[in-house]
Amino acid sequence: MNAYIAYKVSTRTTLPMFKNRTFSVWRRFSDFLGLYEKLSVKHSLNGCIIPPPPEKSIVGMTKVKVGKEDSSSADFVETRRAALERYLQRVVCHPSLLQDPDVREFLERDELPRAVGTHTLSGAGFLKMINRASDAVSKMTVKISDSDAWFDNKLQEVESEELQLRKLHAVVESLVNHRKELCGNTAVFAKSMAMLGNSEDNTALSRALSQLAEVEDKMETLHQEQAASDFFILAELLADYIRLLGAVRGCFEQRMKTWQRWQEAQSTLQKKREVEAKLLWANKPDKLQQAKEEITEWEGKVTQYERDFDRISVTVRKEFLRFEKEKSKDFKSQIVKYLESLLQSQQRLVKFWEAFLPEAKAIG
Amino acid sequence: MMQEGLDDGPDFLSEEDRGPRAVNVDLQTDATLQVDISDALSERDKVKFTVHTKSTLPNFKQNEFSVVRQHEEFIWLHDSFVENEEYAGYIIPPAPPRPDFDASREKLQKLGEGEGSMTKEEFTKMKQELEAEYLAIFKKTVAMHEVFLCRVAAHPVLRKDMNFHVFLEYNQDLSVRGKNKREKMEDFFKNVVKSADGVLVAGVKDVDDFFEHEKTFLLEYHNRVKDASSKSDRMIRSHKSAADDINRIASTLYTLGTQDSTDVCKFFLKVSELFEKTRKIEARVAADEDLKLADLLKYYLRESQAAKDLLYRRGRALVDYENANKALDKARAKNKDVLQAETSQQVCCQKFEKISESAKQELIDFKTRRVAAFRKNLVELAELELKHAKGNLQLLQSCVGVLKGDT
Repeated sequence: MNAYIAYKVSTRTTLPMFKNRTFSVWRRFSDFLGLYEKLSVKHSLNGCIIPPPPEKSIVGMTKVKVGKEDSSSADFVETRRAALERYLQRVVCHPSLLQDPDVREFLERDELPRAVGTHTLSGAGFLKMINRASDAVSKMTVKISDSDAWFDNKLQEVESEELQLRKLHAVVESLVNHRKELCGNTAVFAKSMAMLGNSEDNTALSRALSQLAEVEDKMETLHQEQAASDFFILAELLADYIRLLGAVRGCFEQRMKTWQRWQEAQSTLQKKREVEAKLLWANKPDKLQQAKEEITEWEGKVTQYERDFDRISVTVRKEFLRFEKEKSKDFKSQIVKYLESLLQSQQRLVKFWEAFLPEAKAIG
Repeated sequence: MMQEGLDDGPDFLSEEDRGPRAVNVDLQTDATLQVDISDALSERDKVKFTVHTKSTLPNFKQNEFSVVRQHEEFIWLHDSFVENEEYAGYIIPPAPPRPDFDASREKLQKLGEGEGSMTKEEFTKMKQELEAEYLAIFKKTVAMHEVFLCRVAAHPVLRKDMNFHVFLEYNQDLSVRGKNKREKMEDFFKNVVKSADGVLVAGVKDVDDFFEHEKTFLLEYHNRVKDASSKSDRMIRSHKSAADDINRIASTLYTLGTQDSTDVCKFFLKVSELFEKTRKIEARVAADEDLKLADLLKYYLRESQAAKDLLYRRGRALVDYENANKALDKARAKNKDVLQAETSQQVCCQKFEKISESAKQELIDFKTRRVAAFRKNLVELAELELKHAKGNLQLLQSCVGVLKGDT
């Protein structure tokens, strides 16, 4: 099956690094995954928090490709579109990532070379691949230095927050389902009320029952819209942040890996020095020369790795604080948006019942 | 363990619940005989209702008195009306349904079993929820038993019934045992015979337009009320589930909010508080829909069945009358047992005419009552829905205002 869905990515910018002010390109889902791969390879070793792309969902995709025309596949495409949009917006909000030529190319270039190796890999899967080695490292609870207490605390916070968000996400999904159920049941009830109104032989009561059926019909629409809000505003926000917190954890693990590399280099250096000392005693001049060279090499490495560690620590700290700020802004704005949607629902509800009340009073 | 605590508890009716309760039926309060359920007690497997009577009638020894009755005794009273030939021409007020706390009890038990897997706050919250649910079911069953008695007390003929007076006044156990297996089987077969018979009887076209119309009307109405009733139940259940989810969202947001004292945590706490309040309102909306809509439909399902039963009895009497006529003609033709046939025919005729006369009035009253009850409940429903929506709106507006102001 060669059919695929293409998403239109439109940019409007005043940045000089782009050729035009407004431009659009067409990208497919694997292109987004490809971008993520490229960015991860380049930046995750620096301790950057790379925003993860949305999950692949094989079931949903197949349905769409076969051309199944029902609301669930339309939902799926919309869900993915919105998720990809949020993903890109997070990428371009990141000051370092925006400077990356791959990002510029993604936004600007008309034809993008097909990203390979992404057809079975999801964003999360790739992240796991990069951080596989660090899984063993993260199990260590060695205290590195005084400033490490900060990193320790933050990692713990991240882990407990991720737990709570997962819990919250599960409940919100349950709410979405119950609201969809309520929507269906309300529609069915409205019909049965209309039927009852038809058989009622008192005219005024019959009319009132029909009106009630109409109110319930309107409620059905309300519930449907509310369920969409629950999902698109709340559930997706939580899903995004569960993924992002995973990326943050990955960052911390990268730092640990760097520290470990430095430690290992230090211990290797120590061993080399011991060898040198032994050779001094044994009086083997050429072997001694080699040993001295190796010591110099490893001294260089130790210095390098220490610098790397310091650098990554600074970056991770900076990234984390930036992330917290973004998260705070994001949650506040999205939740307020959600509450406003609830507000609008209630306003409409008030209107429906205000219209019905005189009908009910007119009975008899 | 929790079950015991709840079952052996003191009575659940608060002060506001005593006195004439909002009933599904719009009844004239008559000073000569007023009946209500002033109190109720929930014990292990049964509910004990305190039936309170105020009367100026000479039949009673006192003007005001109370007795304690259980569900089976209400059923006994109802069945005694149904079995009384004298009352064949009346709509017998439908019997109240058996108090059913099984579902609620099961939930409480599950909660007890799952105590270890949730936080103390969650557990206390859920326990309060379930206790409130139990209380709501309890209040409903009290209301339904009360409506039955009030209907009887408001009926010009049934209120004079001997058994009714005994029910109200005799302050000992009526020693009415529930039906045993054999009696239940007998009932079952009686109903089967009745339905088959009912089909035959319904097939007989009525000369009287009024009754012919009523037959058609009631059949369709009953079926549609049944449908509406079950669909309303399902809708309200979904509503309650959604409210429960909002409750859990509020709890989780609260946990998130207490992790730290950052801006975003304070934000979570405010939103959690909001959801706590809105979900209470949502739960009230579902409860009010249950009371004003679902219960109304359930009641008229039972009433319309009682009306159908009346039509059936009249139809039966008509068939008997027609058969008696035929038998009389035959007897006259053969000139054998004519007197017997004449008497039999007269009895059938009187029975049929008696039923027809009262049935007509009963059906007209049924319509009046129905219209009044629907009006009352639909108006109250609309007013409550409005009240709750406005309440929700205010909460949301003020919270959004605060949150936007903070950022």
